[in-house]
Amino acid sequence: MNNTTTKPRPIDIVNAGLAKRYAAEKRFRLYGFSAIVISLCFLGLLFVTIVYDGLPAFTQTYLKLEVALPEAEFDRENLNAANYPLFIKQAIRSYFPEVTERREVRDIDNFISNSAPFDLEKAVFADPSLIGKSVTLWVLADDDVDQLVKGHIDRDVPEIERRMSDRQIAWVDSLKKRGLLERKFNTVFLTTGDSREPEQAGIWGAVMGSFYSLLITLLLSFPIGISAAVYLEEFAPKNKWTDLIEVNINNLAAVPSIVFGLLGLAVFLNFFELPRSAPLVGGLVLTLMTLPVIIIASRAALKSVPPSIREAALGIGSSQLQTVLNHVLPLAMPGMLTGAIIGMARALGETAPLLMIGMVAFIVDVPQGITDAATALPVQIYLWSDSPERGFREKTSAAIIVLLVFLLAMNALAVILRKKFERRW
Amino acid sequence: MIPAYVILLLLLALSAVAYMLGRNRAFAVAGGPAGLRHLHSRPGYYGALTALWCFGPAIIVFALWQASEGGVITGLVVSHLPPEVQALPPDRLGLVVNDVKNLVGGNILSGDPSPELRKAADEFIRLRVYSRVLLLGVCAMLAAGGLLLSRKGITPQLRARNKVERLVKWLLIACSMLAIFTTVGIILSVLFEAIRFFKIIPVQDFLFGLEWSPQMAIREDQVGGSGAFGAVPVFVGTALISIIAMVVAVPIGLMAAIYMSEYASRKFRATAKPLMEILAGIPTVVYGFFAALTVAPIVRDWGSAVGLSVSSESGLVAGLVMGIMIIPFVSSLSDDVINAVPQSLRDGALALGSTSSETVRKVVLPAALPGIVGSVLLAMSRAIGETMIVVMAAGLSANLTLNPFETVTTVTVQIVTLLIGDQEFDSPKTLAAFALGLVLFLVTLCLNIFALHVVRKYREQYE
Repeated sequence: MNNTTTKPRPIDIVNAGLAKRYAAEKRFRLYGFSAIVISLCFLGLLFVTIVYDGLPAFTQTYLKLEVALPEAEFDRENLNAANYPLFIKQAIRSYFPEVTERREVRDIDNFISNSAPFDLEKAVFADPSLIGKSVTLWVLADDDVDQLVKGHIDRDVPEIERRMSDRQIAWVDSLKKRGLLERKFNTVFLTTGDSREPEQAGIWGAVMGSFYSLLITLLLSFPIGISAAVYLEEFAPKNKWTDLIEVNINNLAAVPSIVFGLLGLAVFLNFFELPRSAPLVGGLVLTLMTLPVIIIASRAALKSVPPSIREAALGIGSSQLQTVLNHVLPLAMPGMLTGAIIGMARALGETAPLLMIGMVAFIVDVPQGITDAATALPVQIYLWSDSPERGFREKTSAAIIVLLVFLLAMNALAVILRKKFERRW
Repeated sequence: MIPAYVILLLLLALSAVAYMLGRNRAFAVAGGPAGLRHLHSRPGYYGALTALWCFGPAIIVFALWQASEGGVITGLVVSHLPPEVQALPPDRLGLVVNDVKNLVGGNILSGDPSPELRKAADEFIRLRVYSRVLLLGVCAMLAAGGLLLSRKGITPQLRARNKVERLVKWLLIACSMLAIFTTVGIILSVLFEAIRFFKIIPVQDFLFGLEWSPQMAIREDQVGGSGAFGAVPVFVGTALISIIAMVVAVPIGLMAAIYMSEYASRKFRATAKPLMEILAGIPTVVYGFFAALTVAPIVRDWGSAVGLSVSSESGLVAGLVMGIMIIPFVSSLSDDVINAVPQSLRDGALALGSTSSETVRKVVLPAALPGIVGSVLLAMSRAIGETMIVVMAAGLSANLTLNPFETVTTVTVQIVTLLIGDQEFDSPKTLAAFALGLVLFLVTLCLNIFALHVVRKYREQYE
């Protein structure tokens, strides 16, 4: 027993490696922590850039005009016939009496969005007594002016590479100094449909399109999803057939969304000849996509209702259906609602299948029903992101903000529901 | 013109009346509230049965009518067109029918409408009004008939509850069958179009061809429009972007899951986990915009700073952003499987003197490996099928390259670009999208089935 001195004790081996192992432990912990930090940083970067980009779109530059409406230019019987664009042009030109060259005059005319004559026309129709007087009107400034006022046009860039010439910038600055330009809250963005002109483009058409699609989706997928879940969880025998249905549902939840778009294109548009670009078809496709999500969530909710409830109901003579309808379903309903809301939130953000069924068309009108041509909020984002004008970039970000607000509201609702009705048995 | 929803609302209202009538009838045959015990079922069931008989047949006829109305009316209108128009080949005839429909709908026409066309359009409108009135009449008759007959049949012995319940159960079964129908619908619709494509372009040319340029020549003498449908570059691009995404998502997601389940305090977990899951809830079109407008310029600047030329639409950017999107899928699924590893295994390893990280690496991870593999496969299938990020950030040209700094394209991008816009439906260009869709569906289906199988098999191991 004298070799204990030559052979090291196990505790020494352990101690010798300890520092290294503790360092490894620390490193490992750090990796894990940084993984979370990295993903949250990306989340933060995403939100910050989009909010920073998009917030300016909620204000819009307006130009104050003193429009003279000479009596002689009007035919009282036919107010439409008056030359409203001319009145607007005269009004803006009167701010710069020194400018006379034709090209320069045109530059000044272009400071105003081409929607201004319609605003004027509306004002005259609303109050014909204005004729012969002069009316003070705040009209939309053109997109370029708007971008300049918001500071998005870099004045240091050489003149040729800029969208506005030095002279134009000087004119805009002078208008601003005279208090004729003002940034106001952008109601146009929230109340109108799409437009080729960034300053006139709004999201209301897309919001309504999304609303109608989601309405169809909710009306179809919620009852069908719950029925399917009830059958599979409460009635279905355990056999090959129900197994097949189950595997199918799980698979459908993971099928790429664009494949659902192909299905919608081939079946709803080409076979059933439903109208293209309509929220009806969009809603049907989204229904098929959302169904698996709702079914899976509803089954989980049904599963969490303890069997004692069912046994008690059956024990006093209820039929199986009565048990489910009167006792199990009310208890599982909060969970099902949460699942449905989450499914709807997903459907709201879905873009690819809607591209396939033609909801990418350029549509100016706000849809009035489920068969009108429409676009949806995420598709509108996609469309605008493709537009080269700088004005559309901030519109895109602003539309994303609106979409995210809806999504967050829906998810918050789901969380609140879950918290409120959470039940421990 | 009677809109469809008016008929539907009418039917619903009638059914509500039927319910009340049936219920009252049940009270009447029972001889007042005192005699209710003579009834087989509770009175509400008699009402429900009457309502079902009122609503059911009518709604079935309504649905069939809606589905066939358009075809029948078009057929009738065509049969009244002048014979020389009827003798046109099918596709020309289709154009004429389209013109008629556009005239009816008040849309823009391909030319000035001829008097025959106007006559046809008027007839179309007339027939549509007839059809609607007839439909309303038939539905009302069926509903009323069902109501009266079933109300008459109410006796105390009628087993109303059983009948209603059997019907409801069949409804439930039909609802759950919808999943099967959807799958069959996907397979059939994609397969048929793909087969039409493979009749023009042989399967092996599609699967193994090295050149992808789906532009078809419209004129005979057009240059560069030969149309090559070899999908290998598209597959390679898809694989490249998916692999980049997995390289980003798997380590980050896995480490995050390990930290969450093994190290994080309850409080940290309660805030960090939902925050991470927001990443999964953000619409992909937002990621696409972010990738194209924020990440791509950053990557390009960094690339040029170290002397690399990065294309502004590169596979790297698309893969990177897609990876970020997938992180929560990997992390929450891995979190589940790591949590499912029994505590006793950890306790054993710790008792032998392992540090926590050694426990995780040598005991927990090997035990959880099948489940993790399953979650990675699911994430992979999501990456392959993801559309909007790649459409907005990856580019359109099909380069056969493994260089992530270059522009590559993916299956989903090609489907989108081939199918947006107006194409005729028998050109190989349009059909190619369905062939790509078929491949996409099959690949993701196999991945999903395999992954679900692995995850499920593993979960049962400790129970």
